[in-house]
Order: sequence, then structure tokens, then C-alpha cells
Amino acid sequence: MKFGVVIFPGSNCDEDLIYVLSHIMGCKVERLWHKDRDLKGVDFVMIPGGFSYGDYLRSGAIARFSPVMESVAEHCARGGYAMGICNGFQILCEAGLLPGVLLHNDSQKFICQNVHIKAATSNSALTAGIGSDRALKIPVAHAEGRYFAPTEVLRQLNENEQVLFRYCTPEGRFNKEANINGSLENIAGVMNEGRNVFGMMPHPERAADTELGNTDGKLIFDSLCAAVNLV
Amino acid sequence: MDTLTKDEATLEQAVELGLLPEEFEKIKEVLGRTPNFTELGIFGIMWSEHCSYKNSIKYLKTLPRTGPHLLVEAGEENAGLVDIGDGLACAFKIESHNHPSAIEPYQGAATGVGGINRDIFTMGARPVAQLNSLRFGSIDEAHTQWLLRGVVKGIGDYGNAFGIPVLGGEVFFDEVYQTNPLVNAMSVGIMDPKDMISAVSYGVGNPVYIVGSATGKDGINGASFASKDMSEESAADLPSVQVGDPFQEKLLLEASLELAKTDAIVGMQDMGAAGITCSTSEMSAVKGFGMRIDLDKVPTRQEGMKPFEILLSESQERMLVVVKKGREKTVEEIFDKWDLHAVQIGEVTEGGILKYYMNGELAAEVPAHDLVLGGGAPVYDREYREPAYFAESKKFSMEDVPVPANLPETAMKLIGRPNIASKRWVYEQYDTMVGTRNMSTNAPSDAGVVNLKGKKSALAVTVDCNARYVHADPKQGTAIAVAEAARNIVCTGGKPSAVTNCLNFGNPYNPEVYWQFVKAIEGMGEACRKFETPVTGGNVSFYNQTVKDGKETVPVFPTPTIGMIGIIADKSKRMTLDFKEKGDLIYLVGESADDLGSSEYLAGICGVRLSPAPQFDLEREYAVQQAVAGLIEEGLINAAHDVSDGGLFTALTEMGIPRRMGFDITSDADVRPDAFLFGEAQSRVVVTVDGDGETKFIEALRETGVPFTLLGHVTRGKMVVDDTHFGFIDDAADVYLNAIGRKMEA
Repeated sequence: MKFGVVIFPGSNCDEDLIYVLSHIMGCKVERLWHKDRDLKGVDFVMIPGGFSYGDYLRSGAIARFSPVMESVAEHCARGGYAMGICNGFQILCEAGLLPGVLLHNDSQKFICQNVHIKAATSNSALTAGIGSDRALKIPVAHAEGRYFAPTEVLRQLNENEQVLFRYCTPEGRFNKEANINGSLENIAGVMNEGRNVFGMMPHPERAADTELGNTDGKLIFDSLCAAVNLV
Repeated sequence: MDTLTKDEATLEQAVELGLLPEEFEKIKEVLGRTPNFTELGIFGIMWSEHCSYKNSIKYLKTLPRTGPHLLVEAGEENAGLVDIGDGLACAFKIESHNHPSAIEPYQGAATGVGGINRDIFTMGARPVAQLNSLRFGSIDEAHTQWLLRGVVKGIGDYGNAFGIPVLGGEVFFDEVYQTNPLVNAMSVGIMDPKDMISAVSYGVGNPVYIVGSATGKDGINGASFASKDMSEESAADLPSVQVGDPFQEKLLLEASLELAKTDAIVGMQDMGAAGITCSTSEMSAVKGFGMRIDLDKVPTRQEGMKPFEILLSESQERMLVVVKKGREKTVEEIFDKWDLHAVQIGEVTEGGILKYYMNGELAAEVPAHDLVLGGGAPVYDREYREPAYFAESKKFSMEDVPVPANLPETAMKLIGRPNIASKRWVYEQYDTMVGTRNMSTNAPSDAGVVNLKGKKSALAVTVDCNARYVHADPKQGTAIAVAEAARNIVCTGGKPSAVTNCLNFGNPYNPEVYWQFVKAIEGMGEACRKFETPVTGGNVSFYNQTVKDGKETVPVFPTPTIGMIGIIADKSKRMTLDFKEKGDLIYLVGESADDLGSSEYLAGICGVRLSPAPQFDLEREYAVQQAVAGLIEEGLINAAHDVSDGGLFTALTEMGIPRRMGFDITSDADVRPDAFLFGEAQSRVVVTVDGDGETKFIEALRETGVPFTLLGHVTRGKMVVDDTHFGFIDDAADVYLNAIGRKMEA
């Protein structure tokens, strides 16, 4: 089992993710450079947060045209695992590998704070080991994180249990106050129909190190590692 | 023999560029002829206040600038470099971007962040933390809100994309900053000291490269702009403001750090103020070499840029690199990988002369040594005079202010004052967690804490200055700024290590302003010697003043911002500020005092703008800090928070908010109740102890000889003083956390 972390110009959470995967989870990690098509035989592609290509046109809009993303799309089409966090989620949506889009936060401001999310399904590698009654404290840091999808797409997401996480209060309630960016139905993360491509706005890699006083995010990596190793 | 472009410069042009007539004469003397216009531009910028420190260097040299843990001496490199143990060095520096931010807050602040980070990574260090210190006029003014929104968005957009977390800062509002906000940005980086890159040039024939962004007409003469008074006409200087591109900066960071791992280069310096002029002259002057530069080879954004425009452009995200001859390919490959320009524009020459060519024609020929600080740049000692207000401030008597009838109401009002309330509306727009090193997110402490991954130690960082104190008494107020920074680090479990300063003052030709400057440096020197925290560098920003009603100019409060780093030797012993358990005992280390001097309560609520600085004694302060350090080292306390702006009530509220816990305390019969709760007398730290540890705690503290008193205990949420109910912590938290947001989103 080998992870690959894609590095775009402007990625800035790549090393954080690599640190968690290698030092904390003890996994093998390859760095995948945006100009290369070779995925170095990785089983699980991670697309980290940051501002790929400066996010100048629209978050994630340019990254999807990079050589490495062609290989990532093929990898996903073959059923290979991929996950995007924050800017990575935006890139996967732009690339059409995940449904929906991420719009400007309804406050029109960048938001960085701890938020709470709850798994909306246990039927995924990311959430199988978490349980859906626990509110996880995970940080967000984004300006464009308001999840949106057309009504029909949203209906399918709910019907197929493709919603991964929803923003909630620390006590686990779903309400407007907990919905920090105005996402549809408090959605914080989704997966594709094949259940092999995941995206989420909150940063679990920022909540996985005991030295930082919050390891709720590690539960997601634990779940993911346990599930994919069984495959 | 080259012939020099002739267009001889005139005295009028020199004055227009901000030079004094005697400085124009000195230039003629240095060159042995009249400079041409391009050369005059070079001298004009290099001898500007911003680049030459001509009105400050004499006093800056009196500050303690050496120490066994300093790896470079103050002013020698782009930033200070300190050995922090565990095989790591820390590069750190603070810088102002006040004038640009006054007229274009978004780009002004953004490029301030860009510039200070370049100073850090040009040395080969990876930035790991940013801090900022901001001053604005009254928050109720629409103009202030426009500036605040722009500055915060500028810092956020640049820093968030660049990917370095903000770990600390301060925001202060007072009408003296109405048209002249202060924007001071600090960056802290860590590195293996073996990888340090120097800002130096040597070796005849070594190629000189410009790397990074193309050069445009933005920011031409920004340094000269920063060296004159802010006035009603300042908006006309808009072309002096640079435009930032954090994406380019991120690429430049990664490329520079890859370069640091090679041995292909001689030296590197970032291009900030005065662009190519400053980097070529400063790097050359270090070892007395010269350079031949072909300006037409510089990649430009516009067609037809003139030599002086290319020389003086302050386009961002550029570096000058002197490469070892034969290693050009190594350098070019790294920059090609990151899709950045790396273009040879000249070479190192013998002798100390800089020759700038344009299409083969010699546009300027100047000696590097005569341009730079420590070389031929002028050095002045200005006249100074104690201002009348200083004696006036001493006349304040507490008797003039009645004790408020309703203390609980006053307390709530105080914690909702923009100067006291949480700056959450500001810092939640900054990425504070990228890099996964911020240990303060889930465990708040007086200083920000940077995790040094894989090491036993951590780094504490803080930025502090209460400018109202400095205005009241420049010497004592500045000593307090240093003391508070040290106290914040000590309360976090760290040992203060070194200082960077950002000296924001009014016009140095005003003797009363210069007196503030001289006294501030005195106070800083004294305090830095006491805490053994040498000053490793920083910057001076004069000419900060607010124009009132279109005519009267008022200098800003003298604001010598102190940035300090400290080392937490064992991160498992780091201290936090939040109350932990109901029933924990609350102690005050240090003494309550009958003192309201320069407090937010006195100035903001009682409306007394002029009063003495708060009580302060350097020896007593040091003793309190040593005592607290000992308590933390021995594991005898479970929270520590210093009493600063807003006094004891504010400190207790801040300790209660993270876990929503209250306090029940008894006041001191010898001290007026408002002074006890809201006074800002220095050298006080609130600590908490669990009941079982009290005996050992008292024994340890007795041994130090530092006075201390039991205040009371932690409650589940009720705030009580002398049996009077002051409200619940949930309500206090709502006021404290949302006061600024409510004003800004109203």
C-alpha cells in the first residue's frame, strides 16, 4: 500500500500531509510532480491543499489541466483511490472526478478555525471506522468552500449515500450556525459513485499529531488505512 | 573607454528626490563630478532614510547587538540568525509597510508580508511563522474600517497563499493613527545553519543573475516615498505602491531553498526597497567588489523602460544571485523546474565600482561603498527636546477620576473595547494552522508556539508594544514593551532569546519626535541587556503622522514594536493560559498597585488621554519572570497569563473563556477597586494551582522572595469579585469574542 501526494506549484499543505502519512501513520509516500505523468505505482493518490497555480482563475481550475491530472483521472477510472483535501477537493470537482462545485464562502471572507463535522455514512473507506454519532473537531482554512450541486445531483448524492461529512455543532447538531460557509445541506465532503474518489474541505492532516493537541483527524486516516489495506 | 550618459543632474532634481542640498554637494565630491540623472536617482534612494538609516543608525548602534547564540551580527545579513539548539538556527525579522498601506491597504499590506518573508528565505531558512502588529485610527470611522478590511485581506490573501501560518500579533486603535496606520509584519524561519546564504558578492568574473518575477514600473521610488511625511497629497504617490504575487513568492521560496542545498552560489539578496540598485550595491560593498550590469538583459513587464526605472523598480518577488562561475547550469535548472526567470545580467568586477549599462551604453557609474549604510551614506545626529506634554502627563492624579458606581458594568464595557476584545475577526481571516506546527491553536498561551517537529524543543514567538505607554514615557514605555514580550515568552514556558524591532515614529526633524526616538532606544537597550535578548535587526519607519482637519499634523504615538523569539527547551513543559478545573486556586505573582496610568480604562472609558506610563521597575519585573519560569520548570502551576492591557479583570476573563470557566476572587483593601481590576501596573502574572499542589507551590514561591497573593478560585462559570456578581463567563465571552466583528459587520 503506497500513497502518492501530488505537488502543484502553489500547493502548500503537501508537506503536512506527507508528514502525517509517513511519520504518524507509518505509510510509504511518493511525491508526484505536476509535470510528470508517472504515478510511481501508488495505490492511493492524495491531492493536498494550497493555491495550485495561484488559484488565479478559479480555485482548482488550472490544476486539472496538468499532466499529472491526466494520469490521476485514468487511475480513478480504473477504480484507484484518490482523495482531495481543500484545494485538492476543488481540483477534483473541477476535473469532474467528483460531483458539485465549491463557491465563495457566503461571508465572502477566508475562514480559518476549528469546526466540527460528522460522518454522513459509514459506507466508505474514509468513514467506515468512525461511526456517525461522533462530532470530529477538524480545522478549515478556505475562501471557497461553499459546496453546491444542482438539485438532481444532490438527490443522487443523498440516495447513494455519497455525502461523506456534514458540518455540525460541537454537540453534533446540524444547523445554520454550524454551517460555516453556507454549503448546501451542511456538506463538508463527498465521494464519487464508485466510492473510490473522496473530497473534503476540512483538513484532517492538521488534526492528527498529538503535539498539536487534537487528533480527531487521525481517525479519518486510521479508517482509511484500515479499509484500503483490506482491499 | 566608456562614455557616460551626460544629462547632468541639478540641485532642484536632487531636492525633488528628497536629498538635502549638502547631500547633493557630497555626491559631487564622491564622484568628482556632477552626477547624471540616473546616478542621482541611485544616490537619492540609497541615501533615503529608508535605506540609509541616516537619522537613526547612531542610536541603533547603542543597542546590545551581540550574544553567544547569535550566528550573524545585527545588520550584517538580511535578517538576524540565532542558534536555537537541536542543530537548528532561527532567522527572524520585522519590517514596516506603513506608507503604502495608508494609501492602498490591500497591496501595501500584502507586499509587506511578501518582503519580510523574502528576507528570511533569501538566507536559506524556511519561514514557519508570521506575526503582525497593526495600528489604526478609531474603529468607528468608515476610513478606519476600509483600511482594516484592506490590510487584513492583504495580509491574509498573501500569507494564506504563500502558506505560512500567522501565530501572533496585535491590533490597536487610536485617533493618532487615523490617516497613517502602522502595518508591521514579522517572519520567523528555521534552517540548518550550514545552509546559510550570505548577502555577499565576490570573485571577479562570477556571473550575476536576476531571478523571479519580471521587472515593471510598479513601486518606483517606494523607499523615497517611505522617507517623507504622510500628507493629504500622499494618494498621488500611488505608483510608489508595489503589487504582490504570492504565487510567484511561493515558487521563489521553493527554488531558493533548493539553491541553498547546493554549493553553486556565492550569495543572494532579495530585492525590496530600491530594487536592483540596493541589492547590487549592498552585496558588492561587503567585500569591496564591483559589478557590471546590463540593464537591457533584465526581463521587464513593459517595453521601453528607462535605466533609472529598471534600477529603482521595486517589483516584488525578485532576487539577485551571484553564481560561482561554471555552476550556472545548476542554478538555471532549479529555476526552470519552478518556471521562474533566471537571467544573467552581469558579472562581478574588480574594485568597488558599479557600472550599469543600457544597450551597451554606460548609464551610471557609482562606487558601491559610498552608497551604503556603514559606507559613505550620511549619518546624522539630530537635535532633540523634551516635549511639553511629558511634564504635563505627570500631573495626573487618580483623585481626578471617581471610582465607577457600577463596576460589573464597567468591566463588561472594558472587555468589549476594541483594544481589549479578541482580535478573532482579524485572525480568523489568516491561515493560522498551515504547516502543522502551531501548538497554540488548541492550547492558547501568551506567546505563539512553533512545534519543531522531531525535536524536544519548541519555539515561542511574540510581538508587543503598547504605544500609549511609550508616548507617555518613551524610555519606560519601550522598556515595558521589551519586558512584556519577555514575560509572554516566560509565561509560555520559554526562555527569551533575541529581539527584532520595528521603530515607527514621526518626522525625525521634529526635535520632540526625535526625543521620543532617543529615549525609546535608551529604554530598549536597558531592558534588552537585562533580559539578555540582543537586537538582531529590524527596521526604522519615520515620517508617520496623521493630518487632522486638513491642516494640523500630529505624529503617531512613538511605536517601537518588539518582536521576540524564545526557546522552550522541553515542549512537554510548555505552559498555557486557560483555567483548567473548577476549584483550582488563582494566585497573583507580583503586586497589585494603586495605579491607573495610561490604562485602556483610563484613556478609553474615563477619557483621560494623558497620564504617566504604568508603574514599572526592571529589576522587579525580572524577578517576577524568573519566579514564574521556576514554577513552570518545576511543574507547580497549570496556567499562567500575564496582566497587561485591560488589567487583572481582562486577564482573568481571558483565562476563563477557552473552557468557559469563571472566577471568584477577593480584592486588595489597599488598592482602589478600579485600579485593582483595570489598572495596568506591570510585572504581574496570574497563575493557577490545583489544591494538592498548593503547599509546594507556596514553598517554591517564598524562596524566590517575589510577592504573591491568593486571589481566589476557578468557578464553573460565574465571575465574582468581593462577593459581587460580575456576570457569567458565557456572556463575557460573547462580548469579548464578538465586539470587533459586530462593529465591522454592522
